[in-house]
Amino acid sequence: MNDKYNAYLNTTEIPGTGSGILAGIRVSIKDNISTKDIETTCASKILKGYIPPYDAHAITLLKNAGASIAGKTNMDEFGMGSTTENSAFGPALNPRDTTRVTGGSSGGSAAAVAGGLVPMALGSDTGGSIRCPAAWCGIVGLKPSYGRVSRFGLIAYANSFEQIGPLASNVRDVAKLFSVIAGHDKKDSTSVSRPYDGKVIPDIRGKTIGIPREYFGEGVDAAVSAKVREAIAKLEELGASAVEISLPSMKYALPAYYVTCTCEASSNLDRFDGVRYGPEPEMNLPWHDAYTKVREAGFGPEVKRRILLGTFALSAGYYGKYYVKAQHARQLIAKDFAAALKTCDLLAGPTMPNIAPKIGELTSDPLLMYQTDILTVPVNIAGIPAISVPCGTAHGMPVGLQLMGRMFGEEALLNAALAYEEAV
Amino acid sequence: MVKESDVLHIADLADIGISSSELGKFTEQFNAILEYFDILDTLEITESLERPLVNIFREDEVTPCISQEDALRNSHNPEDGYIRAPKVV
Repeated sequence: MNDKYNAYLNTTEIPGTGSGILAGIRVSIKDNISTKDIETTCASKILKGYIPPYDAHAITLLKNAGASIAGKTNMDEFGMGSTTENSAFGPALNPRDTTRVTGGSSGGSAAAVAGGLVPMALGSDTGGSIRCPAAWCGIVGLKPSYGRVSRFGLIAYANSFEQIGPLASNVRDVAKLFSVIAGHDKKDSTSVSRPYDGKVIPDIRGKTIGIPREYFGEGVDAAVSAKVREAIAKLEELGASAVEISLPSMKYALPAYYVTCTCEASSNLDRFDGVRYGPEPEMNLPWHDAYTKVREAGFGPEVKRRILLGTFALSAGYYGKYYVKAQHARQLIAKDFAAALKTCDLLAGPTMPNIAPKIGELTSDPLLMYQTDILTVPVNIAGIPAISVPCGTAHGMPVGLQLMGRMFGEEALLNAALAYEEAV
Repeated sequence: MVKESDVLHIADLADIGISSSELGKFTEQFNAILEYFDILDTLEITESLERPLVNIFREDEVTPCISQEDALRNSHNPEDGYIRAPKVV
């Protein structure tokens, strides 16, 4: 495979065996999804050489459906980043302009699809990690409702937000891949029995689409806004009605997300000490010193930053100020979305506030990087599904239209996305 | 305001070594990020936190699981079927 986008960390292929709906289809897998006998690193030096002894549930389902596993894709280390530059193995390059980032954290999966190396890929979305690279690389990406896809075998970063989901170059392929991975798994007690039948039809007529004014506010590029407004006009032309709405608690979304995800990361990443997997600790040192050295050498700067921030926010004296407040904000945000989605069938806005930045543009300022997630994290906080669909270009680069739906309402989302895709 | 000594203390709690060049940078970045988080202080808490989740139980059935050999495969020089770890005392 000629991987000119640094999309892959490992190009091992496992041919499909089943004769299901993915027979003969090559699917690439984000490197935080466990694949039996194939190295799985989360793009981190601390997992270099780790060979999972089991498959993630989503991988078992793919194999049963006949898919071949076509390599493990590059990502921000443990999913922490919005550009795939936080990979320990170098950034993935955007096939639309290789001087620009793919977006992240599922950047390798998006580059593999957008670059024509595979028709479909799996990513994971904790705060926008499927939708962001889908938008910036000009492909389709779906973040499923929390619980609709099993997280068994997904190496946890912020487990109360994240979901495995599909990326592909068109809505029908996304629907096909989603129909294979959706459903209950008794190995993940947060998974629910909501299979998807894969029957996607173009359907938008008569639907009410809420347009949250916060999605077109300060910090959103004017050319990106204009493209998304054009796409919404197209949906109206197809028979939908658009109404302006407000999600007043949106201003708390980014801090609520970053407080909660760093707290969860500080706990989830505690397990990486080199003892059961990863680089060998110095066995003759006291355990604290041995682990401290392994983790200093093994984690990249963004992972250290998030673990430290989360440890701080959970520490005595700060827990009430940060973690508890963030949970209240989370509840308010979820209620805002639920109220909006009582009167509206869907919500629409840009996926990202801008186009893919140049490589290196955001890496020196973590806060600036966090702020690019402003339009994607609210959905993860609310647990609802959202899809990013290409809607043209701004400044010569792809723009994503983000459609957000009711809890477990992927059917309506995919149908609306297909109606739009077929009309343009 | 977070000081370098606070960052060192937190790093110690989290078992993460950080270099002296990282220390200054992290301290500065944490202050900018925490200042941004301060908007949470403007949140008026009028409702208590709801806990809509319920525990899901299942029967404890005996099913195949990974072998001891597989479980040890990624560890370093296991002894007699046990994983080796740095000394505790």
